[in-house]
Amino acid sequence: MSARSVSDTHPAALALMQRHRWRWWEVLPWILAIAFYFVFPRHLGFGTELLIMVLFAISLDMALGYAGIVTLGHAAFFGAGAYTVGMLAHHGIWNEPISALFAGAVVAAVIGLLSGLVLLRTTGLTLLMLTLCIMALLEEAANLGHDWTGGFDGLTGITIPPVFGLFEFNPLFPKVQYLYVLCVLLICFVFVRTLIYSPYGQSLTGIRENTLRMHAVGAPVNRRLIICYTISAAIAGIAGGLWAQANAYVNLSTLGLDRAATVLIILVLGGYGRLYGSFVGAVAYMVLAHFLSKIYPTAWQLGLGLLLVVIALFARGGILGIGEVLWQRWKPRRAPS
Amino acid sequence: MIFSIDNIANMLLGGVAAGMVLFIVSVGLSVTMGLMGFVNLAHGAFAMLGGYVIALVMRHWGVDFAPALAIGFIVIAAVSMVFERLLYARLYKAGELDQVLFTIGLVFIFIAGVTVLVGPENQPISLPPALQGQLDLGFLQYRTYSIFIIAVGIIIVLGLWLGFERTRFGAQIRAAVDNRRMAESLGINIDRLFAVTFGFGSGMAALGGGLGAEFLGLDPQYALKYLVFFLIVVAVGGLGRITGVFYASLIIGVLDFVLKKYLPQGGTLFIYALTILLLLWRPQGLFGKPT
Repeated sequence: MSARSVSDTHPAALALMQRHRWRWWEVLPWILAIAFYFVFPRHLGFGTELLIMVLFAISLDMALGYAGIVTLGHAAFFGAGAYTVGMLAHHGIWNEPISALFAGAVVAAVIGLLSGLVLLRTTGLTLLMLTLCIMALLEEAANLGHDWTGGFDGLTGITIPPVFGLFEFNPLFPKVQYLYVLCVLLICFVFVRTLIYSPYGQSLTGIRENTLRMHAVGAPVNRRLIICYTISAAIAGIAGGLWAQANAYVNLSTLGLDRAATVLIILVLGGYGRLYGSFVGAVAYMVLAHFLSKIYPTAWQLGLGLLLVVIALFARGGILGIGEVLWQRWKPRRAPS
Repeated sequence: MIFSIDNIANMLLGGVAAGMVLFIVSVGLSVTMGLMGFVNLAHGAFAMLGGYVIALVMRHWGVDFAPALAIGFIVIAAVSMVFERLLYARLYKAGELDQVLFTIGLVFIFIAGVTVLVGPENQPISLPPALQGQLDLGFLQYRTYSIFIIAVGIIIVLGLWLGFERTRFGAQIRAAVDNRRMAESLGINIDRLFAVTFGFGSGMAALGGGLGAEFLGLDPQYALKYLVFFLIVVAVGGLGRITGVFYASLIIGVLDFVLKKYLPQGGTLFIYALTILLLLWRPQGLFGKPT
């Protein structure tokens, strides 16, 4: 019994045991998201896009932030999901929204699994190049397969029947889209959060921090990375599918380098490997982009470049990382130990 | 007739000329990546900046083509050495992600800067009359400029190869590529080696930006548009291998030229697929050493 009481009372043990518990502030993003719905009913289209990017960034956070897989081609899975949903609906094969999302997730997961099986054996520049090439390959394929994918123009006029036969998408007032995306985001987030705090998620962090040691303790490193990459791809596929449904069209912008770079910037801006970095980064990036990129596109690009340089050189934890540093400085004064 | 002598010579010359430009731009990237292990996505941006320097000194100061190329080389080499010492050097020990973010940030800054200062439109580089028109090779007529580029490329390859294999500095670079710690403990000044190599590689990129502007164009997006191609060349050729980059450039240059002509739809697709297969077969590239 004494051993148990030590593990119950020691601060480090307590911290470890309570790591996965929900904190009071974790409900904040969701309250804000619902508040947004009521406060800015005219900007729900923008809000929907923002939530989708949050989900996409969460999927990247799993692969890059937790497992340490440095990829430049994550938009490949976003695009795969978007095109799956778009093509199924456009060609009249299947358009029930929720099952179509599953289809998007499955297609993205299969691509993630197949590419992960081979590319996760490599590291460094080769890995970067392979992820980049696979994305470029899919983009070219979507561009060329005109009969199926609509080529350069993409697929427009995707019709989505009401969710559960009850809630109909209205392209002018995207209220239903917003809430639908919010629900999917919540479900996916709880899933990812549970996974991250599970022993499996711990082993991913171990692989990121020291691959050699994880090999040494007998962890099946490669298999865990492949599983992580596949799940991450599936979630990116769901994000892409949501994008296709919310916008009622699909085009090449869903799987280009631009989107891959955007989601990477969102994640590092918020702080990667922190679960909530995606939320913070997406809000900061999307709001700035919304106001600046159309009025001053060049200044926006310049600012973005400076921001990236500053983050890479001085603030590797992004906004949340800066917040943590400030919190650590402030906390001891409040409760001296 | 697809396979007539004229046609084959035509494709080979055009492809080789494109490959030479690819080589001149990418060789610096390969050496810096092999030497410093730095994922420098801003390399294409240095090529773009070099092209702009060359185009602008020719237009505004009336400098001739050849001296303008030299000015472009020197200016970009100097500028990039300043960048290397002040910024890049801080990230040599950082992870790839930080290097990628930092260099993408630089690319954005350069693109925005050039767009503000010069404008978003294409900058033509006017060739001297001696390089325009056709040259009679005896068995066929071909564009003088392509022949000129091939000649320049061959001179540069030979020069680099001699410098790499036969000089003290080249030996130091090779030593540092193979084993940086050992090279350092032998008393090689790694910091100076890095700075000089980085500057030289960026200067070469500038040269390639100017030489290739005639068929690659020259606008702010250049920095991103051809980046994947430069990276493919480096990955296929193997890091830090001059001859590897040379062969890879030629292969990809010719392949791209031929595919664009006979398979205008799926040409790029084919190159990406081939690159993926090759990197799966040999992750270290065709000519790289296994790690």
